[in-house]
Amino acid sequence: MSVSNLLENWSKFRHTHPVGDKGHPDWEAYPSEIKWAMSIDLDACTGCNACSVACYAENNLPVVGKEKYSHGQAMHWMRIERYWDEDKREVPNQGAQFLPMLCQQCEAAPCETVCPVGATNHTEDGLNSQIYNRCIGSRYCSANCPYKVRYFNWYDYPTTENVWPAPMEQQLNPDLTVRGKGVMEKCTFCKQRTYTARNNAKTEGRKIHDGDVQTACQQACPTNAISFGNLFDPESRVAKQWEQQQVELIKEEQEKDVKPGNNLRGYRIFEELRPYPSVMYLERVRESDV
Amino acid sequence: MGKDIREDIAWAHINQDVLKSLENPRPLFWVIVFVALMMFGVGVGCEVYQYQMGMGVAGLNNPNVWGLYIATFIFWIGMSHSGTLLSAILHLMHADWRKPIYRFAEAMTTFSLMTAGLFVMVHLGRLWQFYYAVPYPNERWTWPNFQSPLLWDAMAIFTYLSSSVIFLYVGSIPDFAICRDNIHPGWRKNLYTLLALGWEGTDRQWRNFRVTYLTVACFLIPLAVSVHSIVASDFAMSQQPGWHVTSFPPYFVAGALYSGCAAIITLFIILRYVFKFEEYMTMPILKKTVRLTFAIAMVWTYLNLIEFASVWYSHDEVAKAVLIDKATGRFAPFWWAMNFCGSVVPFTMMVKRWQTSIPIMFAVSLLLNLGMWLERWMIVTPTFSHGYYPWTMDTHYWPSLVQWGIVFGSFGWFTLLFMVFCKIVPSVSMYEVKEMVYHRSLATKKAELGLEGGH
Repeated sequence: MSVSNLLENWSKFRHTHPVGDKGHPDWEAYPSEIKWAMSIDLDACTGCNACSVACYAENNLPVVGKEKYSHGQAMHWMRIERYWDEDKREVPNQGAQFLPMLCQQCEAAPCETVCPVGATNHTEDGLNSQIYNRCIGSRYCSANCPYKVRYFNWYDYPTTENVWPAPMEQQLNPDLTVRGKGVMEKCTFCKQRTYTARNNAKTEGRKIHDGDVQTACQQACPTNAISFGNLFDPESRVAKQWEQQQVELIKEEQEKDVKPGNNLRGYRIFEELRPYPSVMYLERVRESDV
Repeated sequence: MGKDIREDIAWAHINQDVLKSLENPRPLFWVIVFVALMMFGVGVGCEVYQYQMGMGVAGLNNPNVWGLYIATFIFWIGMSHSGTLLSAILHLMHADWRKPIYRFAEAMTTFSLMTAGLFVMVHLGRLWQFYYAVPYPNERWTWPNFQSPLLWDAMAIFTYLSSSVIFLYVGSIPDFAICRDNIHPGWRKNLYTLLALGWEGTDRQWRNFRVTYLTVACFLIPLAVSVHSIVASDFAMSQQPGWHVTSFPPYFVAGALYSGCAAIITLFIILRYVFKFEEYMTMPILKKTVRLTFAIAMVWTYLNLIEFASVWYSHDEVAKAVLIDKATGRFAPFWWAMNFCGSVVPFTMMVKRWQTSIPIMFAVSLLLNLGMWLERWMIVTPTFSHGYYPWTMDTHYWPSLVQWGIVFGSFGWFTLLFMVFCKIVPSVSMYEVKEMVYHRSLATKKAELGLEGGH
């Protein structure tokens, strides 16, 4: 290690850090044509869990069983959370509210700065990546994640736990690894799909179009509540939704939220903590409000 | 107050008394070693099981990814700080009452740091890859992440451990020479000959020795303060409610000195009995240590209250919710026990009669350390079960027996190392006690002759 190496500006390696020294993203220095983002319409979500199941199948997630699940050791990268009204009615007339929660792929991710070995980093297409081979399992990333969407391999699921007994190992997705014990993992926005789509587009000599790639959860959603795509492509559905809802990626407080009387439903969770999440939620329209 | 040490102890007598501790301690010594070995065995058994099965057997889950391992890690790191306080800071301040007790305090520093280091390892999901966190040159040109407080932590602990080993060793060289000259031939004599580095006690050697010792002492003091500040940064630099507190570094340093001083009292009492050090580890010295501990206890109490106050008046709803949860939630009994042991129990040290009562001070020092261990646990755990995200509040977490077993075993490991050390290395510094006796007798003589400025 040289002195210059030590004195380097380490934050520059986070390519798309939204608040650089100049107060705005340094897109010129680190140009990127792709920023993967998502929006989830909670009004459309029925809480059916199809997205979660699809994620298990797509990403080789181990099914840990009832006992470990009750110990809080489940591996659901996409989890459906349930919230009830607080007004003590036995059968709330609004029913439960559902919130599909997955890694928010923050632009200034709290998990990235704290990893002692640099196992979690930012990719140039705006994802928060996890290098399984580099991870030593200190779990600091999870400790600092405000959403608690990072899942640790508490056991050796493929071998000692034998989660996929023969012939079930045949169902594993060959496009990505099966993780061993002691490493952290989390939603990747189905990077095996996005990279395939990018490679295909490159081979065909064109830019990536909206619809070239779907995440597993999006594909499985029966009500089309999830949209996913390139936020930098103004034609993409996700970019249009963000635009419509006046939600901007690099803001910790949206202008529309300080204006009185806005009826826009778009919001991001924990925006005020300034992680700059890449997932926008569309608030549920409540019958009582209409 | 009585005299710290009798002024008429002959130098040869000091040698004899201390060297006897290397030869024939009381039978209780062997009982302690045996019990410690058993405890350590339990810890090793649990760790082997955890290594085989994965971290899940520790009962950790999402979001409770850190548990007793991290809490106990901070506890051991904290305990290491008082050795430096006694040997380095009080050395610079010319407080000569520290002389009979600083050697074992310094050993305590080294061994509790080693125990703390083990907890980092035990905590890692992939223990066999721990060296990824060390900045070593490699062909892949990959470095650890210098932004991570955990990395600073690893480096700070390594530096502190190596420095305090050097300090302990340098300070013992004249004593190794005494052992070499007095002990019967055998493997021990060979060992002491090697360790004494040809010490003959010439003027030049003493001069160099003094300079070296002072230099290492001066180096060690800021290092000790920085180490626990960095451990505090693991929490303070994070974004979590209950951790993101600016006052954590001084709070942690105070807590560290506190638990370390309490541990010194415990070990003082044990060593005094086991190795028959009644003439050296005297009641007036215990009294001074107790008073020092009381002062630090009050500093800690103040900083503890400051932490609550700054959270309360910050009007940060989430941080406030964590504080309320600590006081009223599932962990409330432990949180209140921590406050009781840490802030109320030390007031027993104000009673003059109790300051020199061995059974009372033994019990009090153990309670203080229980309180400090609970403090660390109450910093780590409630933030996980009551964090930002409401989903975390539904999770139930209790450490499994494996986790408790390893924590239990660590006390055995520490005691084992410490006891074996005291059997091999003189745990009372002979040359410094001689100095102390000499200076004291000189002062008395001067006073008798009516001269000024006895020192």
